[in-house]
Amino acid sequence: MTTPDPHNPAHPDAKAHSEGGMDYLVTRQRKLVTVYLPLAVFSFVLLFPFYWMTITTFKGKEDLYDYERNSPFWVSNPTLANVKKLLFDTAYPEWLWNTMLVAVSATFISLFASVLAAYAIERLRFKGSKWVGLCIYFAYLVPPSILFIPLATMVFKLQLFDTRWALILTYPTFLIPFCTWLLMGYFRSIPFELEECALIDGATRLEILLKIVLPLAVPGLISAGIFAFTLSWNEFIYALTFVSSSEVKTVPVGVITELVEGDVYHWGSLMAGALFGSIPVAILYSFFVEYYVSGMTGAVKE
Amino acid sequence: MSNSTGLALIGRINNNANALGLLFMLPAATILLVFLTYPLGLGMWLGLTDTKIGRPGAFVGLENYKSLFSDSVFWLSVFNTMVYTGVASVAKFGLGLWLALLLNQNIRFKSFMRAILLLPWIVPTTLSAIAFWWIYDSQFSIISWMLVKLGLIDTYINFLGDAWNARWSVIAANVWRGIPFVAISLLAGLQTISPSLYEAATIDGATRWQLFRHVTYPLLTPIIAIVMTFSVLFTFTDFQLIYVITRGGPVNATHLMATLSFQRAIPGGQLAEGAAIAMAMVPFLLAAILISFFGLQRRKWQQGVKD
Repeated sequence: MTTPDPHNPAHPDAKAHSEGGMDYLVTRQRKLVTVYLPLAVFSFVLLFPFYWMTITTFKGKEDLYDYERNSPFWVSNPTLANVKKLLFDTAYPEWLWNTMLVAVSATFISLFASVLAAYAIERLRFKGSKWVGLCIYFAYLVPPSILFIPLATMVFKLQLFDTRWALILTYPTFLIPFCTWLLMGYFRSIPFELEECALIDGATRLEILLKIVLPLAVPGLISAGIFAFTLSWNEFIYALTFVSSSEVKTVPVGVITELVEGDVYHWGSLMAGALFGSIPVAILYSFFVEYYVSGMTGAVKE
Repeated sequence: MSNSTGLALIGRINNNANALGLLFMLPAATILLVFLTYPLGLGMWLGLTDTKIGRPGAFVGLENYKSLFSDSVFWLSVFNTMVYTGVASVAKFGLGLWLALLLNQNIRFKSFMRAILLLPWIVPTTLSAIAFWWIYDSQFSIISWMLVKLGLIDTYINFLGDAWNARWSVIAANVWRGIPFVAISLLAGLQTISPSLYEAATIDGATRWQLFRHVTYPLLTPIIAIVMTFSVLFTFTDFQLIYVITRGGPVNATHLMATLSFQRAIPGGQLAEGAAIAMAMVPFLLAAILISFFGLQRRKWQQGVKD
C-alpha cells in the first residue's frame, strides 16, 4: 500500500475529504484508463444519436445517401431545405403550439391540485392521510399503457375526442401523483415550528400555506413544475389515441403520424422535426439542471 | 345572523384538520378518481365484454381471456415483453451502476458531465426513437457503415428486418434511454455514503472489490430496489420505442403487450380484446412491486431499522 503523500495529510473533517477523497492512492495513468476512458465511451454512445439527429437535419440529398464521396460524420453542403419543408409544408408550427398549450395547462392544473393535496397529507394529518399518501404513490405506478383504452371510451362519451381538452384533462393522472409525492418530501423538510408560530398569531391554514410554506418550497415547486412540463411534452400514447386531426396533434404524434408518407421517409425533415421538438425541453433542462436532478432523486428516495 | 353562522362554519373548517384536509384533497382526488380509478375499473369491465369501436358490448365473461390463451401472437408478445424487460433491466442496472461509480470519482467537469449525460432521459422518447430508426436503417445505417469500414463485417446488418436483430436493436435503444435515470439516481445514493467508511475499510486492508461488495453495495440496496422497480415497471409497459422503431414487426417479433393491446384496440377496433391484453399486464406489475417492497423490508430488517 502506498504511504500517504506528506503534503496531503488526512483531514479529520469530512468536507476536506470529499474534495479529493482517497484519490492520492490512485495513479494518474490508472485513473485515465479506469475512469476517463469508460466515461468517454459512455458520453460518446449517449450523445451520438443527438449529434446524428442534428447533422442529418442539415444534410442535403447527396450528403444523406452518398457515404462514399461525403463523409457521413460531417455535412459537406449544409442546407435548410429540410427545416423549410418542415416549417412551411407541414403543420409543425401548430403541433408545437398545441404541445406548449397542453403541457402548460396540464402543468398548472397538476401543480394546483398537488400543492393542496401534498400539504393536506403532509401537514394537516387528517384522518387516513397516511393511507391517502400511499394511494398517491400507487397511483403513480399505474402505467398509461393500461389506462388508454378505457380512457379512450370515456373521452369519446364525454365528447372530448379530438380536442386539446382530452389531453389537458388526462395528463394530470400521471402528473398529480408524481408532483404530490415530490412536494410531500419538500413540505416535510419545512420545520413545524414556523407553522405553529403562525397558528398562534391567528393565521388560517390557507394563509400559512400561501405565505409561509409555499415561499419556502419554491425549489420543490420548480422541480415539480419543470418535471410536469417535460412529462407532458414527451407524452405519446394518450396523444396518439385521443386526437386524430392535424390541427390538434402534439409534436411527438404529428412527427410520427404525418411526416412518414407511405414508404418514402424524408429523413431530413423527420430529423428536423425530432430536433426542434427536443430543443424546448433541452433549453428548459439546461436552465434547471439541478432542479431536475433533485426532483428525480427526491422522488426516488422517499 | 346567517353571516355569523357562515363565519362560524369557516372557523370550524379552519380548525378541523379532517374537514380542511378533505377540502384540500378535493381537486386532486376528483381528477384521480374520475380519470384514473374509474378507468382502471372500466378497463377490467371492458375486458369482460365484447365491445368494439362504435358498438357497446355485452358481458361475455372470460371469453376474451380464453381466446387470448390460445392466441399465439399474444404469447409471443408475452415472451417478447419478458425478454425486453429482463435483458434491458439487467443491462440498465449494470451499466447505470458503472456510470454512477465513475461519476462518483473525483473527476473534472463533474456537474457538466452529469448534466449532459442525463439528456437521453429528458428528450422526448418518441423523437430520439426516430433518430434510432434512422441509425438502424437497412441501407444507410451509420453503424453498419462504420463496421464495414473497419473491416469487421462484409454486408450491412439488417437491423430491423430479422426477428432477433430487431429485438436486440429495440433493447439497445431502451437501454440507451434508461441508463441516465439509473445512473443519476444511484449517484445520489452513492453521495450519501460517508467517505470515512471507505477510509476505515481501506486501512483494514480491503481491496477495491471488497470496498464495493461490503460498503457500497449494502448501503445502496434500498435505493437500488426503488430505482429498479421503477425501471422494470416502465420497461414492462413500454410503448413508444417499439411503436416508433418497429411497430411490433417484423411479423410481430417485437410486439410488446402494450403495443399489441394498442394494435388490437385502436386500429383494429377490438376495444375489449385490447383491454384484456392490458389487464393481463397487471399481475406482472403487481409481482414486480411486491418483490421490491418485500426485498426492501427484509433489507431494513437486516440492518435493524425499525419502521
